[in-house]
Amino acid sequence: MRRLASAAVLTGLMTSPAAAAELNLTVEIPRLSVAEYHNPYVAIWVETPDQTAVKTLAVWYDLKLKNQEGETWLKDMRQWWRRAGRAMDLPADGISGATKAPGRHQVKFVGGKAPLGTLPAGQYNLVVEAAREVGGREMVRIPFQWPPKAPATGQAKGSSELGAVALTLKP
Amino acid sequence: MKTLLRPLCAAAALTAMLAAPMAAHAHRQWLLPSMTVLSGTDPWITVDAAVSNDLFIFEHVPMRLDGLVITGPDGAAVTHQNAATGKYRTTFDVQLSKPGTYRIASVGDGVMASYKLGGEQKRWRGAPADLATAIPAGATEVKITHSQRRIETFATAGEPTTESLKPTGQGLELAPVTHPNDLFAGETAQFRLLLDGEPAAGVEVAVIRGGGRYRNEPGEMTLTTAADGLLEITWPEPGMYWMEAELRGGKSSIEGAERMAVYVGTLEVLPE
Repeated sequence: MRRLASAAVLTGLMTSPAAAAELNLTVEIPRLSVAEYHNPYVAIWVETPDQTAVKTLAVWYDLKLKNQEGETWLKDMRQWWRRAGRAMDLPADGISGATKAPGRHQVKFVGGKAPLGTLPAGQYNLVVEAAREVGGREMVRIPFQWPPKAPATGQAKGSSELGAVALTLKP
Repeated sequence: MKTLLRPLCAAAALTAMLAAPMAAHAHRQWLLPSMTVLSGTDPWITVDAAVSNDLFIFEHVPMRLDGLVITGPDGAAVTHQNAATGKYRTTFDVQLSKPGTYRIASVGDGVMASYKLGGEQKRWRGAPADLATAIPAGATEVKITHSQRRIETFATAGEPTTESLKPTGQGLELAPVTHPNDLFAGETAQFRLLLDGEPAAGVEVAVIRGGGRYRNEPGEMTLTTAADGLLEITWPEPGMYWMEAELRGGKSSIEGAERMAVYVGTLEVLPE
């Protein structure tokens, strides 16, 4: 029994190690003292070095508004909109989510599983863009190599609409 | 006395009509959309139409809406809504009920003729089709001008499309290489200027950034179209830009007429 079990475990470990690779992200939404505060719209996507979007990983927006009114402001995430958003059908399972309040938010994406799916080996940027109602807009980029051969990290720091954004890759 | 005054009044009226579309003379005509990049279902935009000196500032006269042609993403005509004319501008709404690109244009195609009859200077203005019967027999010093003008802008709901941007083959037009609603500061856009559907080479184009009231320099770029009609513009800053190309002389489809063709476009350039 034990030999069969360990063989199964070994097989499990050997099957497609790249597919089990993880992309973990911590996105900090800064606490701002403004008269009228609204949680920002945030888009997270993967692009190739020439800025071609290859995967949209998350879009946090007002998806509960009546008649999909929240979609009116998706375009304010200007670069995501032009690179990917305008060709997408939202809401999209596993990608759309509600806006998030100030604080640190962790999201995890697994290679081989939607929305990250299969990413061909190569150099990429992880991009986070935030746009806030009656507020500003900011975008940060973190370069990374996929698939990670060893655990790797990367960070970026916004100065207005985004705080610290930390990327952790696990092979 | 009376016969002297009448032609003068007619001339003044004619000059007012002529002055409007020509940037070489005082005033500029333009359409100003509230937005050009839209997301969501069934968005609307509002468009201002005016004639002025300072770009995108309402300080002279409103633009008339006869000749307004709105083309939807499927190539079909779209009707403007809620039109109103005030002292300095005309405003109307456009409902972008289908996703894609809308082309909003004020198109004019007219003929002006001046001639002498019985010692009097006379003028006539009308459609090209009416020219044949407009000038009486015995008229001398006949001078005919065929004037075509296109003043337009564009707006896109969702993904940009190009069906509505297909050239009509009449007068001066802008054919996209870069989509007119895909413009960003710091990037270079390419457009092709066409005259009656064919590339227009060597045409001088003025590109002026709005917001002139809040700075000293006019913010004007002068470019010339290449042999293949191609125009390349690198946008220095985000904002609304006014583009104007004018052609005088050259043959017209109307026999004996001197041609004058004007193109004006309002393009929105977004920040990175």
